[in-house]
Amino acid sequence: MKKDIKFETALQRLEKIVEQLESGEVELDKSIKIFEEGNELVKLCLEKLNSAEKKVKQLSKESDGTFTLEDFE
Amino acid sequence: MEKKIYSVSDITSTIKSLLEESLPTVWVEGEISNLKAHYSGHLYFSLKDSGAQISAVIWKSRAGLLDFEPADGQQIRALGNIRLYEKSGRYQLDIIKAQPAGKGDLQEAFEKLKAKLLSEGLFDAENKKSLQEFPRKIAIITSPTGAAIRDILNILKRRAPYLDLIVRPAKVQGVGAASDIATAIKEINEYGDVDALIVGRGGGSLEDLWAFNEEVVARAIYESKIPIVSAVGHEVDFTIADFVADLRAPTPSAAAELIVTDRSELAGYFMGLQSQMQRAISGNLNLLIQKVSSLQNSYGLRRSGDLINQYAQRVDELSARCEKAFLGQFSQKQVKLSNLAKRINSLSPQVTLARGYSITYANGKIITDISKLKKWQVIETEVANGKIESTINKLKF
Repeated sequence: MKKDIKFETALQRLEKIVEQLESGEVELDKSIKIFEEGNELVKLCLEKLNSAEKKVKQLSKESDGTFTLEDFE
Repeated sequence: MEKKIYSVSDITSTIKSLLEESLPTVWVEGEISNLKAHYSGHLYFSLKDSGAQISAVIWKSRAGLLDFEPADGQQIRALGNIRLYEKSGRYQLDIIKAQPAGKGDLQEAFEKLKAKLLSEGLFDAENKKSLQEFPRKIAIITSPTGAAIRDILNILKRRAPYLDLIVRPAKVQGVGAASDIATAIKEINEYGDVDALIVGRGGGSLEDLWAFNEEVVARAIYESKIPIVSAVGHEVDFTIADFVADLRAPTPSAAAELIVTDRSELAGYFMGLQSQMQRAISGNLNLLIQKVSSLQNSYGLRRSGDLINQYAQRVDELSARCEKAFLGQFSQKQVKLSNLAKRINSLSPQVTLARGYSITYANGKIITDISKLKKWQVIETEVANGKIESTINKLKF
């Protein structure tokens, strides 16, 4: 699973999993599989939410029209 | 030589006529200090600048006509007459009308530009871009040294430390500020890789905030492909930029709050979904347990008690592990849980039947002893998807 999962994507997938599990129509094998997938998604998202602060960058446009990013402050 | 002796009244009267007649009605600009609103409705205060001060009064009838609320520290332009009061020997400026200094021209320019841009559709709601619910990269255009940038960064880091933040320093007041802000907005759009843009500055006077009332800034905001949140001054300050922006934040701090969901709120939602999954799968497991116990009690399987007990125990275990899995460390236990589930499935009598085995009953009891059967007796055979009724033709011992 991608580490840089988007919250939108994760939420959509999780909501789908909950719906499938709640419908009771999924076979046990599969339900445990998607349940695991759901847990993994929650874990990744919580990790991301608690991740360390990223460095703030400062954007500047060079005379040749290119952009450079350097640490702000 | 005869000395002319004035009485106090005479000299005061002479000063009064000299003063009042030689000074026409004048405009005076200065800062209000020591403002006292008398219960009678008259306003008394001093007008001062760095070198001098003069007492001033606005009588009740005129105070009611002011279109602003005078306050200490405020710079005003007042039209009035100098009056000398004989009784106290004091003179003061009797103000006829007043307005905040500098406001007149700026206010007029503001209203004019606002009307123009409004008629051109720059403020139309249907042109506003919506903000992503979960932005990942946010750019900020403001002074790199102001309070606004500190506030915004602090709040964004607290609410969403995973965000990529980019600052494009800009001049936010004085000559060249408006064009720098407009250029910055264009640059961020050119750079492109940004989900939302905060443009703003901290509080200040109308003049300080003026760059955000300039047409060049308004047009740059309107043309931006990236959604823009304006965050100028305090809650009471409305600028042209606020009207054009996709979202107006009352303050820079508020912009940071509006733009991202707080991480604890989001974490709460994720955990809510997780417990929903937990409840659903526990429910599914309970159904399975019920199925097992009904199989356990079914007439046909009573004799394979060991197998069933084992099965039931494993389901219990599975269920318990499932609960545990939610208490924190998912991954390892999930693997076990999944393996366990596979093993349980392979133990199920139904899976055995599906592999081609069958169970045969006579009088509702599983046949395990051929000597108890008779020729022509009717027996029943259970296979995976149904039952077969048949008559015994021959018994082979």
